[in-house]
Amino acid sequence: MNTLALGLDRTMLELKMYFRERDQVFFSFLFPILLLALFATVFGPQFEGEPGGITAGSYFLPGMISAGILLTSFQTMALTVTTERDDGTLRRLRATPMPPVAYFLGKVGLVAVTALAQLVLLLLVARTVFDVSLPTEASRWLTFGWVYVLGVFGGTVLGVAYSSLATSSRSAGAAVIGPVIVLQFISGVYFAFRDIPTWLQQLASFFPLKWVAQGMRSVFYPGVLASDEMAGSWEHGRTALVLAAWAIAGLVLCVTTFRWTKRGSV
Amino acid sequence: MTPAITVRGLRKTYGDLAAVDGIDLDIEPGECFALLGPNGAGKSTTVEILEGFRVRDAGEVSVLGTDPANADRAWRDRIGIVLQSCAGLDLLTPREALRSAAKVYRKPRDVEEVIAATGLSEKADDRVAKLSGGQRRRLDVALGILGRPDLLFLDEPTTGFDPKARRDFWTLIDSLAAEGTTILLTTHYLEEAEALADRVGVIAAGRLLALDTPQALGGRASQEAVVGWEENGTRHTLTTATPTAQVSALAARLGPEVPGLTIGRPTLEDVYLGLIAPHLTVTEENS
Repeated sequence: MNTLALGLDRTMLELKMYFRERDQVFFSFLFPILLLALFATVFGPQFEGEPGGITAGSYFLPGMISAGILLTSFQTMALTVTTERDDGTLRRLRATPMPPVAYFLGKVGLVAVTALAQLVLLLLVARTVFDVSLPTEASRWLTFGWVYVLGVFGGTVLGVAYSSLATSSRSAGAAVIGPVIVLQFISGVYFAFRDIPTWLQQLASFFPLKWVAQGMRSVFYPGVLASDEMAGSWEHGRTALVLAAWAIAGLVLCVTTFRWTKRGSV
Repeated sequence: MTPAITVRGLRKTYGDLAAVDGIDLDIEPGECFALLGPNGAGKSTTVEILEGFRVRDAGEVSVLGTDPANADRAWRDRIGIVLQSCAGLDLLTPREALRSAAKVYRKPRDVEEVIAATGLSEKADDRVAKLSGGQRRRLDVALGILGRPDLLFLDEPTTGFDPKARRDFWTLIDSLAAEGTTILLTTHYLEEAEALADRVGVIAAGRLLALDTPQALGGRASQEAVVGWEENGTRHTLTTATPTAQVSALAARLGPEVPGLTIGRPTLEDVYLGLIAPHLTVTEENS
């Protein structure tokens, strides 16, 4: 079989394992959808009469899409690759004639399918249950496209690179989930970025999640709300630059630090 | 015929410790070779260098005509490795894991045949997480032989097996050997080495201490035997270099069936323990 076909087979296998792991399905796949439903319901009354007619559902949607990207790409990759290296899965695969690229294609396929399925569910719930009006302009969807692709790609390669830091799968849980939660809180995923202290905003600006969330707000929020951002505008150029830089750095790190065996075993 | 495995002057050090300290070895095609040695003797390091998982510090290594440090896909297609655990498959069934694994080989065995041969037919559609230790081990073996390897590495394959499962496993390995598969086995079970191996090598402190057939290892065949029998209600034993002559003499004296007759030679375990005894203190200090 050629590498592409093997990559497809690995994708099917990865998907099977992903959806058989209940924790995984709940904490990375369903979590943002449940949070959107929860926030839109609980905070619904507070948004009545907001400027621009924004509802709780449309207010939280960009953040939940951003959280979903972080969870399905970065968190899933960092956790599964660390576990697979620690328990000898990678070593077992390395002992077979499977081309290494097929393994990575399987991971990319897993992230692509789960991230897209999650996005479709999020938009569907937002549109049908919470009556969020989705953008109709092509330019907004174009922005959505590049922010989404850069976000998912960056999250995936950075997740694989991050897995090289964790020494065992026991420490990986804390080492991955801790930063992921903190990053979500300081990047304006769960509540308004404008309410975060300036120094935390500046700290968050070093990481890609803040830029993904800002990009997503620019797609789903009315234009007037751009004045709430740090720079008073959506900063599309800077967003593209930061996300591309992280994606390239992640890819380089991923390629240079990837190991098939545990540290200290060569 | 060129050997399946050639090792010359192999060395591997960790800091000050020489884990492998100059090993020479030839393993012929079709041979079943068992590597014995206490934990920390350099056994695993040697095998992992041969498998291409570790980098050596010195020496020459050729496995199926290739240096495993430069192993490519074609080489891996001819190698089967049964590692010490089949982790990471818990969420799949044996049939799913094997079907997917079979796709990477050029001429894989039939998945259903492998399932039957490894005795996994009844568990083929259960989650691997639900299999017993012995059944998981058989899945490891199934994954190792799936690609119809010319050379199979077996790392302590029957640890935790019950005696019946171990016998079944030996039959499976015998059938692979009969097909001409070269096998390199590491084990802690001396009777396993004796049942399966054409030759055994004993490693301790990074050196090969002895290398011979299980029957002749450490001069075992030529060592004195112990003859035991019962006479006038008491048990007698006699250590002798000529046990056959002793038995003839006993038969002449006590009748054609000598009561309670036993003839013992040192077991492989006796020989093995004798060989590694001088190195045990060294190994313990290092571990």
